[in-house]
Amino acid sequence: MARTTLGQALNRALRDALAADPDVVVYGEDVGPLGGVFRVTDGLSAEFGEDRCFDSPLAESGITGTAVGMAMYGRRPVIEMQFDAFAYPAFQQVVSHVAKMRNRTRGRLELPLVIRIPYGGGIGAVEHHGDSSEAYYAHTPGLRVVTPATAADGYSMLREAVESPDPVVFLEPKRRYWAAEDVELPARTEPMDRAVVRREGSDLTIIAYGPTVDTALLAAEAAAGEGRSAEVVDLRSLSPFDDETVAASVRRTGRAVVVHEAPGFAGFGAEVAARVTEQCFHYLEAPVMRVCGLDIPYPPPHLEEFHLPGVDRILSAVDRLQWESSWVPGTAPVGAPEQRSEVNA
Amino acid sequence: MTTSEAPPVAVPTVPSAEPIRLIDAEGRRTADPAVRAGFDLPGPDTLEALLRAMVVGRRFDGQAGALAKQGRLAVYPSSRGQEACQVGGVLALAENDWLFPTYRDCVSLVARGVDPVEVLTLLRGDWHCGYDPKAYRCAPQCTPLATNASHAVGLTYAARRKGADTAALVLMGDGATSEGDAHEAYNFAAVWNTPVVFLIQNNQWAISVPLHKQSAAPTLAHKAVGYGMRGYLVDGNDAAAVHAVVAHALAEARSGGGPALIEARTYRVEPHTNSDDPKRYRDDAEVERWRRRDPLARLEALLRSEGLLDDARMAGFQDEADRLAASVRERLSRPPRRTADDLFAHVYAEPTAALRRQRAAVREAAEHAERTGGPDGGR
Repeated sequence: MARTTLGQALNRALRDALAADPDVVVYGEDVGPLGGVFRVTDGLSAEFGEDRCFDSPLAESGITGTAVGMAMYGRRPVIEMQFDAFAYPAFQQVVSHVAKMRNRTRGRLELPLVIRIPYGGGIGAVEHHGDSSEAYYAHTPGLRVVTPATAADGYSMLREAVESPDPVVFLEPKRRYWAAEDVELPARTEPMDRAVVRREGSDLTIIAYGPTVDTALLAAEAAAGEGRSAEVVDLRSLSPFDDETVAASVRRTGRAVVVHEAPGFAGFGAEVAARVTEQCFHYLEAPVMRVCGLDIPYPPPHLEEFHLPGVDRILSAVDRLQWESSWVPGTAPVGAPEQRSEVNA
Repeated sequence: MTTSEAPPVAVPTVPSAEPIRLIDAEGRRTADPAVRAGFDLPGPDTLEALLRAMVVGRRFDGQAGALAKQGRLAVYPSSRGQEACQVGGVLALAENDWLFPTYRDCVSLVARGVDPVEVLTLLRGDWHCGYDPKAYRCAPQCTPLATNASHAVGLTYAARRKGADTAALVLMGDGATSEGDAHEAYNFAAVWNTPVVFLIQNNQWAISVPLHKQSAAPTLAHKAVGYGMRGYLVDGNDAAAVHAVVAHALAEARSGGGPALIEARTYRVEPHTNSDDPKRYRDDAEVERWRRRDPLARLEALLRSEGLLDDARMAGFQDEADRLAASVRERLSRPPRRTADDLFAHVYAEPTAALRRQRAAVREAAEHAERTGGPDGGR
């Protein structure tokens, strides 16, 4: 077993994908000789030539639009948006063409392309480098939106994304690029559209994805010290959504907390909470809680600790899951902590 | 390691101030060699093919407009007056080339050989794209302006890397040149040296906004210079000139000479669509001036004066056009074939679990409505 970081696993996945299929091409800003600002494409243009991995002009809509054209001709482009907030110029291409081409043409044109986007905060970067933009993409039918939390998943899910007949928005939690684990590559994990249970527990379910999975595991460990057994579900795929795995967990535990970095208002957690409520209502002992980023523009690096959901905020939400409930509709739960006005813990 | 220094690039020729014209407004060969700009009138067979496709295209366009007025199409943006651009451009394409049209380019698709009923699928509202893009090598008609231009760049880039000599023709309007996507596509095409010809049909109006509120460039063709592309300004009501310049640009592009940008100066003589009211923003007198510059009459006059067209031949073209229109009328009188199941079939390669559940619910509601005689179930 070798220590492998998420960044290295993604690099290996691209290398193996390029070797496996001559139609795979990798391009974007600075992905050639430099190897990308996060070095995820390190060494690929040297190994496969500038026909297979190359620098493009600095224009995200053009990068995405040309990838649409290449996919129309049977190539499998893997394009990189350098940072989350730099992907916004490509938004129209993504929602109006990438997501819809199969549907518009009744399956006659499919676009097997992958849009890699490093996303999320926590690396001390200045503005426009820390957005969590997943809800914009997950709200768009026709896209697969996935996000790995481990190196093994990074490899396996990226290989699967490249092989997918559907367009995939591949969100890479940038603060996890350097997190290492023991993994032997190539590795294949669960199918990329399935959620997985990262830690088993019986009292509550913490639902997380991408950058917050590790935080959720730390919170579960801390909760165990307080006598509460938390299960951690890593969603992996935001769209399509694995209702089965999530609902099975919450039905067993009866309580759920959703954790993400993006602002909570109209965030992905709202979808998770709604689905869990619809599917597990009679099993729930408490409302589904959300622990999210604040409803503010992404803060400057010296203040991002206030914004990012940490272990303490997750534990605080766990405390509010009506553990001593003899709750009667329309009344305050007996023994419940004082009701707080804000939605997010 | 590379360096930031690149080999010197020849500055492309600045487009002519006077549009390239091979047939003048009265239907005579252009005498002035400066206005011909080195281009020759296409041969008789090409000229006749251009006229035939324009006659058919105009009849199709008129029929579609009538169907829109009758409410049998959801909307129809007319190509009338722009037939020389659309037909001249499309007939210059080779079999394996690709066409990237917009919603205003139905006539170009008919000229490309796409089934006219499939062309109208979008505007009838049966589905979004009615034809098989790969079978005709025609991309779906694009509504968000200029966003399909980069698709052409990517497609031809991929084709070249696979050893094919496929080129692409992108149809754009004057308004579309203001979009950022136009800029990005021009730049990618030039930097990657892909065989794409951008044909701007400058019809002077972007719905209600005139060109002078759209661009301060000397001509739209001048934009080519800044990207390192060849730029041409052509009379967009002269099918012979459009065909000659597009064919030349495609041949140059195919042989590695790089992309080109062509401004074809023409006019939208009809409203933006059947739901537009152009009296709110332009004078009828201007429209009348342009109606007199009819591209069909111009080419017909030349062919007749050169003895290349007689009444019988012209009547043959009209017959063909009338048969096509009758067939469109008849086929569009049949109800559409799509069902609610079609909504779920092509969102992903395989419907997701959530889509399968929604499909079952929609099916059940539809079956219930059928049993009870209405969507409200008789309630």
